[in-house]
Amino acid sequence: MALRALLTKRAPTLASGLGPFASAGGSGTGWQGLCHARGLKVAALPDLEYDYGALAPAISGEIMRLHHQKHHKAYVSNYNDALEKLDAAMAKGDVAAVVRLQSAIKFNGGGHINHTIFWKNLKPVNEGGGEPPHATLGWAIDTDFGSLEALVQKMNAEGAALQGSGWVWLALDKERKKLLVETTANQDPLVTKGANLVPLLGIDVWEHAYYLQYKNVKPDYLKNIWKVMNWKYASEVYDSEAA
Amino acid sequence: MAMALPLAYASSVVNPFEAGRLSFSTKATKHKKHMYQFRKVTKVLAYYGLTNPPYKLDALEPYMSRRTLELHWGNIHRGYVDSLNKQFANRPLYGCTMEELMKTTFNNGNPLPEYNNAAEVWNHDFFWESMQPNGGRLPWGGVLDQIEKDFGSFSKFRDEFVHSAMMLFGSGWVWLVLKTNERRLSIVRTSNAVCPLVWGDIPVISLDMWEHAYYLDYKDDVSKYVDNFMDHLVSWHSATARMVRAEAFVNLGEPKIPVA
Repeated sequence: MALRALLTKRAPTLASGLGPFASAGGSGTGWQGLCHARGLKVAALPDLEYDYGALAPAISGEIMRLHHQKHHKAYVSNYNDALEKLDAAMAKGDVAAVVRLQSAIKFNGGGHINHTIFWKNLKPVNEGGGEPPHATLGWAIDTDFGSLEALVQKMNAEGAALQGSGWVWLALDKERKKLLVETTANQDPLVTKGANLVPLLGIDVWEHAYYLQYKNVKPDYLKNIWKVMNWKYASEVYDSEAA
Repeated sequence: MAMALPLAYASSVVNPFEAGRLSFSTKATKHKKHMYQFRKVTKVLAYYGLTNPPYKLDALEPYMSRRTLELHWGNIHRGYVDSLNKQFANRPLYGCTMEELMKTTFNNGNPLPEYNNAAEVWNHDFFWESMQPNGGRLPWGGVLDQIEKDFGSFSKFRDEFVHSAMMLFGSGWVWLVLKTNERRLSIVRTSNAVCPLVWGDIPVISLDMWEHAYYLDYKDDVSKYVDNFMDHLVSWHSATARMVRAEAFVNLGEPKIPVA
């Protein structure tokens, strides 16, 4: 799709001075050239591996488009802005500024991390979305939760009970080699709940993730998102981390 | 300021044949099903109702659509009221106004399970009344004077309010409050359901920054939502009434008694 060409992760060159995101939003046009010179690694909006409409009817194309092109892109550009400011503050030794930027970095950086995982967690039905996990991850789920249904029910319950904005995670505790269900508030990444936690699956329960389609009926969204869940990705992460 | 009034439910279906044995217990309802005194006891000690916004649901068009209000008030706000009443089935907190209930359940920072629902009910009641059709523009009289005194000018206040709203990470509310200790107006940003009332300040205006408040109308364009609120929706009438009431609790420097 033409849209994908616009959003590919192409590192901007010093010579051009204008990255693919320069037109969208206005802020942070200076960072590309500067950061390249300083070696600062900036974030980039990742590509989706499927079309916006491919997850319908579980998640509508309109939501996917807004979620990716507006919300995630805003996190990326705000993170890059904050990163550049942080770099400048560190270079100047401005401690107050460094501290002041922490919340913006945590929020926008966390948003970028979480959504990058989220896009990989989802898969269209005709490409394997919703297929239950097998082998190692399947057995681990049975061991730690009893059954896949029990896990789904637990995650849905936690998601529905979450007040405000946040995420529900299926996490792997690397040290104890156990699976658990965790929630994080706002855009806090999973590691804020434990340094050993690896996210296998994440469900975005911010209202922007479902409101246009499901309105305030969050439980319906949670029920339907399992139809497009990419268990293969979760299995891959599990196998590499729990080995 | 209208609040959800509690109805202490002392329902007792009186059978005239039992009038002699009647006791005014607020706890029991006697249902006499047949002659052999089948007694069903219902305990309803506290109940809160859903108050209507002071305007029709389409009155705020085009800045807040009827559909948004139908969902926001009709489903979400109503949902909080229903959840609160359900919680009361297990543990009634009898005799509180919504404000008192919110302060009680906040429990000085260690909130009880009813807090979230109570606070959200109060917050939404306050929010509907913070808006009006043909609202926005400028305040007048005492409110304007106080704003100019505490912020420098109305446009500085407006900028600060908008900035605060844009800087909110996650769900929450933005408030113009009268701080009781500092005796001045201030802009406060709270997360999720927290209301400045719980730490003793007096809210004057609020803006719901939860995504459900604007997503249908504005999608991700938050700044347009906040601008429209300030320019077309905010009710300075309500703000004036609230300030008048607040001045009964906070002395803002009047009357100025001249020194002889």
